[in-house]
Amino acid sequence: MSARPRPLLLGTAAIAVAVTLSGCTQKASGEDGAVSVTASDSACKVSTTEFPAGHVSLALENKGSRVTEVYVLFPDDRIAAERENLGPGTKATLVTELGPGDYEIACKPGMKGDGIRQKVKLTGRNAAAERSPEADAAVAAYRSYVLAQAEQTLPKAKAFAAAVEAGDVEKAKKLYAPSRIGWERTEPVAESFGDIDPKVDVREDGLEDGQDPETDWTGWHRLEKALWQDKKIGDREKELAGRLMTDLDAWVKKVGTAEITPTSMANGAKSLLDEVALNKVTGEEERYSHTDLVDFKANLEGARKSYDLLKPIARKNDSSLARELDKQFASLTKQLDVYRTDDGADQDSYTYRSYDKVSEAERKDLSDGVNALAEPLSKLAAAVAK
Amino acid sequence: MSDQQREAAFSRRAVLGWGGAGLALGAAAAGGVAVAAGGGGDNGPSGGGSVPFHGPHQAGIATAVQDRLHFAAFDVKTDDRAELIRVLKDWTRAAERMTAGHAVGDGAYGGVPEAPPDDTGEALGLPPSRLTLTVGFGPSLFDHRFGLAKRRPSALVDLPKFPGDNLDPVRSNGDLCVQACADDPQVAVHAIRNLARIGFGKVAVRWSQLGFGKTSSTTPDAQTPRNLFGFKDGTRNVSGTDTAGLDRHVWAAQQPGAAWMAGGSYLVARRIRMNIETWDRTSLQEQEDVFGRDKQEGAAVTRAKEHDEPFLKAMKPDSHVRLAHPDSNHGATILRRGYSFTDGTDGLGRLEAGLFFLAYQRDPRTGFIPVQSGLARSDALNEYIQHVGSALFAVPPGVRDTDDWWGRALFT
Repeated sequence: MSARPRPLLLGTAAIAVAVTLSGCTQKASGEDGAVSVTASDSACKVSTTEFPAGHVSLALENKGSRVTEVYVLFPDDRIAAERENLGPGTKATLVTELGPGDYEIACKPGMKGDGIRQKVKLTGRNAAAERSPEADAAVAAYRSYVLAQAEQTLPKAKAFAAAVEAGDVEKAKKLYAPSRIGWERTEPVAESFGDIDPKVDVREDGLEDGQDPETDWTGWHRLEKALWQDKKIGDREKELAGRLMTDLDAWVKKVGTAEITPTSMANGAKSLLDEVALNKVTGEEERYSHTDLVDFKANLEGARKSYDLLKPIARKNDSSLARELDKQFASLTKQLDVYRTDDGADQDSYTYRSYDKVSEAERKDLSDGVNALAEPLSKLAAAVAK
Repeated sequence: MSDQQREAAFSRRAVLGWGGAGLALGAAAAGGVAVAAGGGGDNGPSGGGSVPFHGPHQAGIATAVQDRLHFAAFDVKTDDRAELIRVLKDWTRAAERMTAGHAVGDGAYGGVPEAPPDDTGEALGLPPSRLTLTVGFGPSLFDHRFGLAKRRPSALVDLPKFPGDNLDPVRSNGDLCVQACADDPQVAVHAIRNLARIGFGKVAVRWSQLGFGKTSSTTPDAQTPRNLFGFKDGTRNVSGTDTAGLDRHVWAAQQPGAAWMAGGSYLVARRIRMNIETWDRTSLQEQEDVFGRDKQEGAAVTRAKEHDEPFLKAMKPDSHVRLAHPDSNHGATILRRGYSFTDGTDGLGRLEAGLFFLAYQRDPRTGFIPVQSGLARSDALNEYIQHVGSALFAVPPGVRDTDDWWGRALFT
């Protein structure tokens, strides 16, 4: 993304807005002020009974003589988080993500029975609804998808960086688009880490006034310009290839900590289509390489993944919306694949017609197809929030 | 703002506020909102800036011309006849609400926070502004896709190529059109934007045009507006209150094979680019000769007042008024409600401006086509204008009541 300094990424206040819109936030675990839970054979002492919702970090200590376990329970006794096998005299940290509401913390000396309970209240304005098991399953599956995409991207990015470092323009050109697929599939999550996206995926016009493209522009698109427009690799490009890998390494490490909710998945899917509508259909994103349709496909796949995982919930709450989305996803995929130029065997390294060879009329058709999907997709969040 | 307009504006807010409160009460109130939505068609603000939506003819044709226009042509993207019908029904219900000054669906706020609101919201607090929405069907709708080929009216011809036409295909034609006229541009744009949104996936905007400064009047006692060349034109336009004239020249009769068009009309839309800068360097004499009128009063050559009957033989043979006059065209008369447009400037710094010509008639074969054939061949004005976009639509009769919908007679 980052075609231009979009308001979403300007300033901290704006980032807060972006966070609300995408629903994907990043918070370091193990923050200061952790709540402590001290278990003994006859007590379960919690340092405070009221603390903020969100990322919750509990410092556990077993001062008793028996092995214990500590649970955070919903009012209906569903387990919100747990830590088992806490031996006598040991400490542990339980990090979890909890919405506002009433909970109980239970210590179970000997790991049996109902445990010794303490009521706690989590406060906050973000009144996220309690999650159903199927919502939890969707979020868990999406989290592992995001992680897998990041991990699978690294070797492809490494191969691309190595070609740049070796000064091999032709090889680097071939490896450029595939190196971006995992990123493009999960972009809304990646973008929630406000510091990484501008380093790896910014375009020249996304730089701020006073920033020098020579020194301040980094990431894929800087290398794209070198390869396709300048047609040469110098020392600076080799250095930037290394920096891209450093930044992508940081992305892979962080991605598991992203906050993900069913509505953020739904709105993330919608924002992937927005990416297509704003930057890919226009040919803005890949203006030198014209590999926009590869990004398009990856954005579409990432949106599809979110939707597929949310579908059981969506179908229950709004079956006609689910039918419409099934139809429009299939239709846009079919429409896009007309431009595919490989045999379709490799899911992670496809090729598409160069976007400068896609006519205005064809672009209009693609744009209509994107609108056809994005409009119902914008209603998915409401359907999963019901 | 008149008292009536104020009242209408108040009603819009009142209804929205009520809907919002209903939503805030939760699921139990949803039925109440639905009742409010259903009742909005007929029982909303009436008069005071709102034009009745229901009737034997569509509003927006004989209606006194509003100040502003947003016209949009759509391609139908689905091949599914039922989906097309769904769009027309949904559009009709939304149009009933918007023309009465209500928001679309459940409104612009008060709904689920995670979802985009039904209405886009930019018309909140504005009076209905005499919004009219008028739908038409282009010749391309009558191909194989929806089984309508046999129902294409013979009057819905393919327009001939006129000399001098320089038509841009991406500003021409379309399966459907919606003409939104209102006294407030924001109200007109809001209407098209929301209809486009409702239609996404089934229909897609092909092209659209904004217009301002109506260039002809359907209320002859009002002053005839001027076009961007500074001239009054369309003095002899059919009046919206002249029932006999409308029956004779504007409303379509029942035709064999196209009974569904009875009470409808045929709309010709032409984007006419004006060469503003060269016109402005033209002498007053030449300007007046080109039109065949004087610039101040608008009177025809040798006449004193604008509405004095022109003496055609006294005019230059290539003057615009002479060539366009019914007497030069075997009585051909059309109802014009075109607008000026300017889309800023072109890359050369020239005003990208002109006349967005809209004309309604009973049959284009006896209306626009003969008139334009003569003009395209000989009109002195051709040196200063160029036709760059063109479309023709069959405009079905009006929506009778809240059970009826745009095009029902065509599809059933």
